[in-house]
Amino acid sequence: MEILGLYYYWVFAILLMIGLYAVIAKRNLVKKLIGLTLFQSAVFLLYITMGKVDEGTAPIFSVTGSNIFSNPLPQVLILTAIVVGISTTALGLGIVVRLKEEYGTIEEHEIQEIDER
Amino acid sequence: MNILVDHLLALQVVVPMLIAPVVILLAPRGLAWAASTMVSLLTFAVAIQIVQGVLTGGPMSYLLGSWPAPYGIELMVDAFSALLLLVVTGASAFALISGRESLDSQIDAGRQPLFYAAWLLALAGLSGIVVAADAFNIFVFMEISSLASYVLIAGGPDRRALPSVFKYLIMGTVGATFYLIGIGLIYMMTGTLNLVDMELRIHSVAEQRPILVAAGFITVGLALKAAIFPLHVWLPNAYTYAPHMVTAFLAACATKVSLYILLRFDFFVFQGNLVDHASQFAAYMMPLAILGILVGSAVAMFEKNIKRLLAFSSIAQIGYIMLGASFVTVTGLTAGIVHIFNHALAKGALFLAVAMFAMVAAGLRLDDLKGIARRMPWTFGAFVIAALSLIGIPGTAGFVSKWQLIGAAMELGTAGLPLVAVILISSLMAVVYVWRVVEVACFGEAVDEPGPPVSVPPLLVAVLWLIAAANIYFGLNPDLPLTLSGDAAAELLGHLP
Repeated sequence: MEILGLYYYWVFAILLMIGLYAVIAKRNLVKKLIGLTLFQSAVFLLYITMGKVDEGTAPIFSVTGSNIFSNPLPQVLILTAIVVGISTTALGLGIVVRLKEEYGTIEEHEIQEIDER
Repeated sequence: MNILVDHLLALQVVVPMLIAPVVILLAPRGLAWAASTMVSLLTFAVAIQIVQGVLTGGPMSYLLGSWPAPYGIELMVDAFSALLLLVVTGASAFALISGRESLDSQIDAGRQPLFYAAWLLALAGLSGIVVAADAFNIFVFMEISSLASYVLIAGGPDRRALPSVFKYLIMGTVGATFYLIGIGLIYMMTGTLNLVDMELRIHSVAEQRPILVAAGFITVGLALKAAIFPLHVWLPNAYTYAPHMVTAFLAACATKVSLYILLRFDFFVFQGNLVDHASQFAAYMMPLAILGILVGSAVAMFEKNIKRLLAFSSIAQIGYIMLGASFVTVTGLTAGIVHIFNHALAKGALFLAVAMFAMVAAGLRLDDLKGIARRMPWTFGAFVIAALSLIGIPGTAGFVSKWQLIGAAMELGTAGLPLVAVILISSLMAVVYVWRVVEVACFGEAVDEPGPPVSVPPLLVAVLWLIAAANIYFGLNPDLPLTLSGDAAAELLGHLP
């Protein structure tokens, strides 16, 4: 049961590995970027999971509700990391557009062949 | 004035970051360059102030918004950070002062303001990493500097920069994300992001395994960013196809800043807290450092493009820094850290000289450089001095760090002798690859009609000679970098008996 109880962490690890696999194995540059985004999203989930407190609610002061709050700090951190991730993806896609203009393809091995010619 | 002095650490980062968007608006020719050069010089002056402050008064700390340390965000500069600040801001300032003509020829006039804005953001990010005392701030600054340097590298006219920068982006982001996972695991166990606080709280963590995993993630992630062999594959192409001045700037400081965080985490945070950390760090890092030194130097001996040759030599030099660190002694770490400074001096001067060759020669393959010494005698003279420093000839800065490194290896007893042999062999390899350049430049017959000696703008030659002279000055008077790196090593290993 303990293994099942930690399923958040399993989701994190599996997503991380799927992303890393796509980054390494895919030859299409856009697919590589999709893998990279998945890889980063997995880490966002790790942070959100660690901030969760059992029975905790959103950390906003309330008069009636419970006094157990989730830890807001990891959420703030991940807000920043999401912005960083978006910038990276945007820049990566920008480079892919430029590559398509210059080389006429977005397949890694084809670009390599053109350069070696 | 006193108000400004109190805020030096914040100004170091805030000034270039705030001026960067302003620079975008400076469309008239040359204005963007002038503004960025002024900012770089200003940060260099601030860095000198900070170094003096650290030398006289010890580590400096700055509380952002005056929130007390573990809760608010702290900036902190000790001897190690001060040395790196000097390298980062100095590299940016000198590359920009001498870079105008070279960058004008490589970057379209219309895109120049954007290019200089990215340069300032890279500068802000790199200085930010060095002054930050908060693990997550280091991540954010690392990404700011990385994103900006991807833009800088892709900014040149050579289309082969694009595939190399894409590779750099993928590997750099994977490295940064690994670092983020490591920070997350530590935060889970300690609940803090402040490095000093983290170091104290890991003591009381009962379950060591997450910390160990975090150490692994952080070390591998930063090794990717720092291009430690065998994670260096992004480096040679990125350096080769970047605009020449960008190579001079980034080769002098970008990988060193990643090494700085790596050493800070592994020694300052983990060293006193993980069982057997010293022997594990040595067991993994020493073979990689030795392989990096030998493979990097060997490949450089056979490279045909001078920028690629110097890039592979950089991989070998990163190996020297890691070799010093892998001894896990104060003398070894001192040697590694002082080599960060000395290598920046030598490699910065070499790439500056290469940028000037590129203004005259047809290309940067060794064949294109035939007879270049006769056409540009002054530039080539400075190149040779910097190359001697790279090899480690007595009287140059490179000798000081290699001497320290050999001294540190000898302290290990007989186990150190093979290491000394490695250092000597790779120095001989450096002689070979430097000689190949000197040979074509001095004795090669130019294919086309050798024109009259070309006059490079005198300011450029003056800056280049200033840095070449610094290589000799710090070879004869190594007190400043040695004091700083000695203090840095002592602080990093403060937990050892």
